[in-house]
Amino acid sequence: MKELIQKLTETYSPSGYESGICEVIRKEIKPFVNEIRVDALGNLVARKGSRSKNGMRIMLAGHMDEIGLMATHVDANGFIRFTGLGGIRLTMLTGSRVRFMDGTPGVIGTDRLTDMSKAPTLEQCFIDVGASSPKDCPVKIGDVCAFDRPFVDLGKRLVAKSMDDRIGCAVMIESLRTLKTSPHELYFVFTTQEEVGLRGATTSAFGVDPDLGLSLDVTATGDTPKGSHMEVALGKGPAVKIKDGGMLSDPRIVNWMVHTAEKAKIPYQREILEGGTTDARAIQVARAGVPAGCLSIPTRYVHSPSEMVDTTDVENSVRLLVALLTAPVDL
Amino acid sequence: MDPLFPFLKELLTAPGLSGYEDPAAEIISKKWKPLVHEISRGRLGSLHGLRRGNGPSPRPTVMVATHMDAIGLMVTGIIDGFLRLTQVGGIDPRVLPGALVTLHATGAGLSQSIPGVVVLPQTRLLPPDIGLNPVPLEYLFLDTGLPRAKVESLVQVGDLVSFAQPPFELTGDTIAGHSLDNRFSVAALTICLEELQNRPHLWDVWAVATTQEEIGTIGATGSTYELHPNLAIVMDVTFAKGPGANDWQTNPLGKGPTLCMGPNIHPALHKSMKELADKLEIPYSLEYAPRHTGTDGYSTQVVAEGVPTLVMGIPLRYMHTPVEMGAVKDIQRAGRLVAEFIAGLALDFVEKINWDD
Amino acid sequence: MPIIGNAQLRLLEKLCNASAVSGDEGEVRKIVLEDLKNHSDQVRVDALGNVLVTCSGSGRKRLKVMVTAHMDEVGFMLVADEGEGLFRFEMVGGMDVRQLPGKAVLVGKDHLPGVIGARPIHLTTAEERKQKIPLDALRIDVGPGGSKIKPGDRAVFATRYQRNSSVLIAKALDDRLGVVTLLQLVKNAPPNIDLLAAFTVQEEIGGRGAKVAAYAFNPQLAVVLDATPANDLPSWDAEENVSYNTKLGLGPAVYIADSDTFSDPRLVRHIIKSARVAGIPCQVRQPAGGGTDAGTIHKARAGVPSVSVSVPHRYSHTAASIALLDDWKNTLALLDAALRRLPPGLLATDRN
Repeated sequence: MKELIQKLTETYSPSGYESGICEVIRKEIKPFVNEIRVDALGNLVARKGSRSKNGMRIMLAGHMDEIGLMATHVDANGFIRFTGLGGIRLTMLTGSRVRFMDGTPGVIGTDRLTDMSKAPTLEQCFIDVGASSPKDCPVKIGDVCAFDRPFVDLGKRLVAKSMDDRIGCAVMIESLRTLKTSPHELYFVFTTQEEVGLRGATTSAFGVDPDLGLSLDVTATGDTPKGSHMEVALGKGPAVKIKDGGMLSDPRIVNWMVHTAEKAKIPYQREILEGGTTDARAIQVARAGVPAGCLSIPTRYVHSPSEMVDTTDVENSVRLLVALLTAPVDL
Repeated sequence: MDPLFPFLKELLTAPGLSGYEDPAAEIISKKWKPLVHEISRGRLGSLHGLRRGNGPSPRPTVMVATHMDAIGLMVTGIIDGFLRLTQVGGIDPRVLPGALVTLHATGAGLSQSIPGVVVLPQTRLLPPDIGLNPVPLEYLFLDTGLPRAKVESLVQVGDLVSFAQPPFELTGDTIAGHSLDNRFSVAALTICLEELQNRPHLWDVWAVATTQEEIGTIGATGSTYELHPNLAIVMDVTFAKGPGANDWQTNPLGKGPTLCMGPNIHPALHKSMKELADKLEIPYSLEYAPRHTGTDGYSTQVVAEGVPTLVMGIPLRYMHTPVEMGAVKDIQRAGRLVAEFIAGLALDFVEKINWDD
Repeated sequence: MPIIGNAQLRLLEKLCNASAVSGDEGEVRKIVLEDLKNHSDQVRVDALGNVLVTCSGSGRKRLKVMVTAHMDEVGFMLVADEGEGLFRFEMVGGMDVRQLPGKAVLVGKDHLPGVIGARPIHLTTAEERKQKIPLDALRIDVGPGGSKIKPGDRAVFATRYQRNSSVLIAKALDDRLGVVTLLQLVKNAPPNIDLLAAFTVQEEIGGRGAKVAAYAFNPQLAVVLDATPANDLPSWDAEENVSYNTKLGLGPAVYIADSDTFSDPRLVRHIIKSARVAGIPCQVRQPAGGGTDAGTIHKARAGVPSVSVSVPHRYSHTAASIALLDDWKNTLALLDAALRRLPPGLLATDRN
């Protein structure tokens, strides 16, 4: 599975420009699903199986997009001004490397700052691709780039950019591979534009019209020095989300996930995330409403170029998802 | 004593935090059952009660929506037997120190209500820059007084905490307590249903107690889509004039419900309701919402093809504290006004109205 | 042997639910006098409202021992009627103003209900929420319907006493716990001493009742029964809490020194020894800070060797304090043991 994670995280597909990762994922899942389509917003919607007597239509959502930057202006000397796509941490810009969709690499620099102890604003930053004028600059207004860091295997832990949410996609893909039977009609939806407002999930949920929705996404941890007061930690298992900054998981889904994990003896954690939300929020309010929840993969340093996950957490996330989908759901 | 009081007090004491509304839904369902023809729960837990009209089929429908969820707190961690908390819905942490609460503990497969207090640690136990300033929620604790081992066995992350301040009467037929937002409106809708027992009406009426309004009008969105009504009337509480609240956003306490106007409300609906209140001599005041009303009405208006929406407010002082205060008469006035409005709805009402009237 | 049984728990509930703000202690005084009614000892009420009880012992060379507990609690006084049921108010005794918003209160002798509200969060800004709500922005609201309530009336938090197995949650545990303890000692007075019991007034605003009671009693030594804060919560950064004052569950707390008083070391030694001999848990209160009736008692006339012994409790001077039943029981047991084995020659030895 490490190879899969590396392949996914080393693809460059920021919000709105997900074709690259869409193709990679499509190839991975093709042998395991009955039907694939790509909808109007670029969501990759894959159906597996059909609903049996005691089954439901279940939508699983993992977002394919990652945070990134979009060029707003190329100045007279070939420096590129930009805006952010999704939640960009201003403290992580200076000196970062980026890669545009055509492969062009760049470096982020800043205007001279009067106060070096403060993070620059987006407007004070620019990307340098080594050009000296708009003429020899391969980048133009509207071009997008993502942060550029290679995947690193630390053994028990893995580090990469865009673990948010390629790790969720990896868990979905691996579950698809290992899932033997299911009474449900399953929609594995690899959504777009989550980072800019859950847009892909909003439209794909309307389109799929599921009975139940589960997002697969990262969540933060409280286990780093002088960290937040969160109880979730790396290595303690996948997290069953109870509440985050945007939604309350349906209590019936929380119970279903907890009971399934306990029955299958899979370690799990109870999660409350103070800031941030996932595609589940958008699925929850589709049409007449959808009971929704989230299976979270604990991740350190979210929205930095070096997000870290625990391999046992990832494996147990796959086991939990497979266990959830294998049996009928009793809400 | 007003016959409304026992039901109101039962409603106000029932827990029913956003996302976990079952205890409130049960009480409301029991009360509404004899007043409606059908009762069911929506996909996201909203309570849907259908009262059929006697117009010819197919009848237009009006949805009257009041949210039944209440704000509260949730356990996020256990430290030495003390509990860390997060909010469910918007709470100013400045009203929390010393608040009496009930912890609904679900650890070890049991279900226990444990009394406790939300507490402010001593200054030296807090980050040095806080001093005597307000303490953010993340540094407050819930203390049950129980020993650490007991707490660890009884409580788990995600357990809910509701305010324990019992409702009580103040002078001038007012009531104080928690969850008047929005159980006051649920009571008003109940009165509306009771009035409709004696008033023939052509339209079908969906009485809806929505879920998770405090999180983002979640239940109302789903219910409106599911029931696709022709009209939506939303009843929620609004700000009453009182200490610290006296500007244009506030309305007099105990002088009738408010009729909201602004882009979130269909002007023709507002006009009809206003004319009716004048005719019936039911006191009201006007409420101005230049943008959104901050209620379920914000979503009902834009579901699917859109639904003409009216928002009516019941003024409360001290909203979102354990001692919200409202006038019982305003509940009765709101309920009656809506009932009379429904009773007077002609079958072609919606076709006849337009935004520029 | 005096104990804390069901009758004492019921009495504590009645006392905690009563209103007795400093300077207006009548409701508690009445309950205390009622409880002492069939007692044969001398009971009188002095010029400030202190209830003074003399329990004469038997035998020669009896020490005259003053034991006190204060009847008053911190609370509010309404100071201006602004109409429509809204009243400005001031605090009586020391309270953290952050503890006031969002509370129910009871006003006056008739316990008429009111609320101290706060502006709805929707009408506040993030900047504003970083400031504490000042006292002059708060009002007691009794509803717009008109009532007998007027400026000068006192108000207390409306918290009703509750007990969850061994956890006591109530307002005014400081010092109703001391009052019930003292009532038990009076009714089971040790015969080896003259027990001069003072149920004092106005402790919270300067130990004023105790000052005159001590002068009147002219005792040889004094023991003050109070309730002291336990600040034994976790530190925000998980560092060791080194300023806990006292801790719940470790028994009665003996004072070595507070802001106003150095306890007489002979009395401190005697009490700690009594605890050891009788097998009663006991802790030492961290020195410095705070004050009790001992502050005025020990300086009465030519001076009175004094010591304070308190029940630990959390969230002092707020709407809801928490104490443990066992700590209270052990406080009574310790006082009883210490008084009964008081050596008459204790004060003949040196202080240090």
